[in-house]
Amino acid sequence: MSLLRVERVTKRFRGLVAVDAVSLEVEKGAIFAVIGPNGAGKTTLFNLIAGVYPCDDGAVYFDGARIDGMAPEAVCALGLARTFQIVRPFPGLTVHENVAIGAMLRQPKPQAAFAEAEEVLRKLDLWDRRAQTAASLTLPDRKRLEVARALATRPGLLLLDEVMAGLRPTETDRMVEILRMINREEGVTIVLIEHVMRAVMALAEQVHVLNHGASIAEGSPREVTRHPQVIASYLGAEALG
Amino acid sequence: MTLPLVLEVLIQGMLTGLIYGLMALGLSVIFGVVRVVNFAHGEFAVVGMYGAFILFTTLKIDPFIAMAPLAALFFVVGYGLQRSLVVHFIRRPDHEQFILLVGLAIVMVNGLLMIFGPDARHVDLPYSYDSWMLGPVLVDKVRAYAALAALGVAGALFAFFRYTQTGLAIRACADNLTGAAVVGLDIDKLYALTFGIGLACVGAAGALLVSIADVTPMLAPAFTLLAFTIVIIGGLGSMGGALLGGLVIGVAEALASIIIAPSMKTMVSFGLLVVILALRPQGLMGKRAA
Amino acid sequence: MRREHFLLGLLAAVLLALPLALDRYQTSVLVLVFLAAYMGQAWNVMMGFAGLLSLGHALYLGLGAYVSAALFVHFGLSPLLGLFVAVLICVGVAMAIGALSFQFRIEGVYFALLTIAFAEVARIGFDHLKWTGGAGGFFLSVAGSQGQWWNLRGGPLFFYYVSLAMAAAAFALCVALRRSKLGYQWLAVREDAEAARAVGIDVTRARMSAVVVSAAMSALGGVAHVFYYNNVFSAQIFDMSRSIDIMLAPIIGGIGTLFGPILGAFILIPLGEALIHATQALGINAPGAKAVFFGLALMIIIFLAPSGIWPSLRKRLGIGEGKP
Repeated sequence: MSLLRVERVTKRFRGLVAVDAVSLEVEKGAIFAVIGPNGAGKTTLFNLIAGVYPCDDGAVYFDGARIDGMAPEAVCALGLARTFQIVRPFPGLTVHENVAIGAMLRQPKPQAAFAEAEEVLRKLDLWDRRAQTAASLTLPDRKRLEVARALATRPGLLLLDEVMAGLRPTETDRMVEILRMINREEGVTIVLIEHVMRAVMALAEQVHVLNHGASIAEGSPREVTRHPQVIASYLGAEALG
Repeated sequence: MTLPLVLEVLIQGMLTGLIYGLMALGLSVIFGVVRVVNFAHGEFAVVGMYGAFILFTTLKIDPFIAMAPLAALFFVVGYGLQRSLVVHFIRRPDHEQFILLVGLAIVMVNGLLMIFGPDARHVDLPYSYDSWMLGPVLVDKVRAYAALAALGVAGALFAFFRYTQTGLAIRACADNLTGAAVVGLDIDKLYALTFGIGLACVGAAGALLVSIADVTPMLAPAFTLLAFTIVIIGGLGSMGGALLGGLVIGVAEALASIIIAPSMKTMVSFGLLVVILALRPQGLMGKRAA
Repeated sequence: MRREHFLLGLLAAVLLALPLALDRYQTSVLVLVFLAAYMGQAWNVMMGFAGLLSLGHALYLGLGAYVSAALFVHFGLSPLLGLFVAVLICVGVAMAIGALSFQFRIEGVYFALLTIAFAEVARIGFDHLKWTGGAGGFFLSVAGSQGQWWNLRGGPLFFYYVSLAMAAAAFALCVALRRSKLGYQWLAVREDAEAARAVGIDVTRARMSAVVVSAAMSALGGVAHVFYYNNVFSAQIFDMSRSIDIMLAPIIGGIGTLFGPILGAFILIPLGEALIHATQALGINAPGAKAVFFGLALMIIIFLAPSGIWPSLRKRLGIGEGKP
């Protein structure tokens, strides 16, 4: 059975259809990418899954339970964690506190939560920065902190919204490595929105393409990059080299 | 309670409400553009009242005339205040802006107390007690003049924001700050102008208020709250909303003082405020934030 | 032993022994310091921890005072029992205001204004309530009850220890809360409510609990206030300037810090007293001058050091805060 099932969800903003009857299924343990040009409705789709907005139509199932209409905190408690495209750390708190607050969802004892946060921080190469405030971090570190905080909630599924954007190639490779490790070693299913195609090709087993709010293709990275409609709408000739 | 009495109170409430509206307009303009809540607004209104009071007792200048130089002076003060002090707080958290202006309000109200003492002062105009009889209904002349003057100032302000280059530039800042900066508008200067305009409104309103009511320093916090209530009821940032809110509050308080008790009228305004916050938080004429 | 524990112990020992060296007036000044430190900590739970700016905290102070005093005067109920009723009523009112605000997403400036509105409503309401003396004030009789500690009757020395215990207990509570899961949830909500939701925090519940804790603490402050002064006037206790007084110590000491409200009270209250004496000697309107000075202090602090005095002082002393 699939871990995440999105069934014909639709969202309109003042008459504009941001997400139009999109359906997708993500298997447990998979790494799944959602791509599409700017304004294709990717982030809105994430917000619908994570409970930020109610769906106008359709349904979202996580681990067999219907979650659309639930509050974001309830969705997170079920094991579906997300990052924000524009990072939203708790700016005045330290890196360690940021992640420990994530860990407190499953580990109500603060001391134990801080210990758990340490593990996560080491995994994401942030342990050296633990005493800094989140506001003082560089962008790549903030992106990593965003992933660390979500990961600390011990999710079954991680929704990652453009965590590679703005990273240099070496940093991207490191992030790909980290995500793969999280996926393999801890069995966390990952759904990512990504523009950096090199990361998508390296990571994703299945890719879903959105354009103007609607699904236009789904398949392996190889398949979708050959799909004529995808090439036309999004990648363009030069991206395929 | 007779019908003429009710009509009289209604009209009186509307006239007073327009003056309140002008005062609140200043608050609304400042918030709508600079995004800073002027927590010393009522204090400025009371300083305006004392200004008109001094001009009247020393130079025999009628408050309706004193309104102009006071508005000009307040404009300069507002301009300077924004340039020197508030500008440093534009990007700071809400509570820091609040505390800065609360501090200013405390300094102002207690400064007034030290200078003028707690006693109520009033301006005795030669026509203070004149009135018209509209059929069976009595209308205060002074109050009507003051309301007309308030409408006039508000009208001039509407025209300014609608038809002048500067007015349009200020509106552009309010709508889209980044866009305004990109096309090369001098944001700092426009903010300072706006703060000046906001205070000019409240200075003019102060001069008008002293023609119809006694002034004491202790009015200041009450006026700040009143201006807030009006602006939130009308819609924070909406100019028409401020006047409408003023009318609503003026009428509600006037009716409350005859139906319940004069000392309870503030309760009615706060009751209205709570209802509006709950049912229509963007105010009567405000746009709903996405 | 860590350095902060040593310093804290030293402070406690000095404060416990201090009345031996103080006259009646000096003792009464310290009572004001402790009460301000106590109320500052209560306010700080809401603003400093959970990021909810209350500009109407006098509401809870006044309600606590009126409820406990009314129960004592009309029914002879000891304030040690009456305080439970006072806390209950304040918590009820706080929950109603919280429910209204959070249900309808009244935040920031609007929330602050709503808190003032409720305090004003209470002020006007108690002005008209004959049962508690109306606008003329409500008085506790002083005669014949001196030394009845179980009725909170006593002089400055008695209240010195009562208020010291309250301030210390509030500090202990704040330390415990700050280090608890709830405390961290408050900080998360304060920093970014949307991000807090995304890590599974029920923001409404977190905010509501901050409002409730703060209101309950403030209610006790009101009980101490009325039994210390033996009177309460609605025009004063619910006044906006009272709410501002409550905020002063934590703002100057450091919003969101544990020791800031206490430090702020130790600076502000004696300074205010000194100012009153100085200006009286000069023949100036003393309360006005004191208030002008406080207003200026507020502006200068928020301009130059918006996080207050304690954070920089703390670094200089080498003291950590808030780590588990």
